[in-house]
Amino acid sequence: MNYENEEFFAPGHGMCAGCGAPIIVKWILKLAGPNTIVTNATGCLEVATTAYPRTSWRVPWLHIAFENAAAAAAGVEAATKAKGEKLNIIAFGGDGGTVDIGFQALSGMVERGHNVLYVLYDNEAYMNTGIQRSGATPWGAWTTTSKVGTVNPIGKIRPKKPIAKIIAAHDAAYVATANPAIFQDFKKKVQKALDTEGAKFLHVISSCTTGWRHDPSKTVEIMRLATDTGIFPLYEIENGDFENMRITYKPKKFKPVEEYLKTQGRFRHLVKNPEYVKKIQEDVDAWWAKYGKYYRH
Amino acid sequence: MELITRGAVITEPGNTIENKTGSWRVFKPIINYEKCIRCMICWQYCPEPCILKIEDEEKKKNTPAPKEAMKRLPVVEIDYDYCKGCGICYNECPVKAIDFVMEER
Repeated sequence: MNYENEEFFAPGHGMCAGCGAPIIVKWILKLAGPNTIVTNATGCLEVATTAYPRTSWRVPWLHIAFENAAAAAAGVEAATKAKGEKLNIIAFGGDGGTVDIGFQALSGMVERGHNVLYVLYDNEAYMNTGIQRSGATPWGAWTTTSKVGTVNPIGKIRPKKPIAKIIAAHDAAYVATANPAIFQDFKKKVQKALDTEGAKFLHVISSCTTGWRHDPSKTVEIMRLATDTGIFPLYEIENGDFENMRITYKPKKFKPVEEYLKTQGRFRHLVKNPEYVKKIQEDVDAWWAKYGKYYRH
Repeated sequence: MELITRGAVITEPGNTIENKTGSWRVFKPIINYEKCIRCMICWQYCPEPCILKIEDEEKKKNTPAPKEAMKRLPVVEIDYDYCKGCGICYNECPVKAIDFVMEER
């Protein structure tokens, strides 16, 4: 059955105009169909879509605390298994609820091999509470807890946690990074994740217009630039087999990282300093020099 | 005033449709059907989602299109009750068939 023309995510929610997360959610639900149970870690998505007594969800949905969306999903999966039912169990979490606070529950769920799809929509900071840095905030980004000034002219001084690789190192059945702006690749990966048996993890980039500081209309354009500049590479790793990791999408010609950085207020201080832009470009080039060989058509 | 349900369970799926978020809008996207090639990219990327894909045969035939053959394809329509006016559709439209204008109320 194809449910692409149905909406399981209703309008009228309180997500900001131009938020990237609902695009991800609506498509994952379209591809999963009605036979789905969702667990949702605390975060923008949870708060803004289910202000009591209203919900945007047209599939069964559970509100979970910040740290245990994966543990609750594992429980739901075990229960459906015991009842002999076959459902899609999907957990949604933001980067705070996934790479920091919910990390141990996620690690446990993957280690136990529950048949759950965990989706991280990564907007690279704690946007819901007011743009505090998270483990997923990239080097050089301004946040309210990595402020830019004379003492620290950089912003966040630590690199982004490589969460997809960390989960892949658990030998998860399927791990992929995806970008809704690279739409066919995104769809293929969601479908593949849903079709795979075992613990699945999707790391999806999701622009935040308020935290990244850009015009709401530029959301998809900026997410596309993240991949076209090589900053957010799209790859997949099955069963922890790093040797056979696959980069699934490569732009015909890489754009300079500056094209991505200059679109967002959170990087404004970097763009003014060629040294910082150069460092980011070198980091991106080094990643592609090391992993570029894994690109397969 | 509604009573609080046990466990704060919400029994009516998708009832946020009662929130008319169209009131948030400052700029309004308007589809110019003379230009729209019905590629569905705006429908694909609308985060609300409030761009509707209409498969009604009459509607397909009777809505203007740049080429006659395109009238076989579904039509897109914006539900202004919910459109927050983010402008993603306007920005992503490959043929610039969506105008984005300051709304007067």
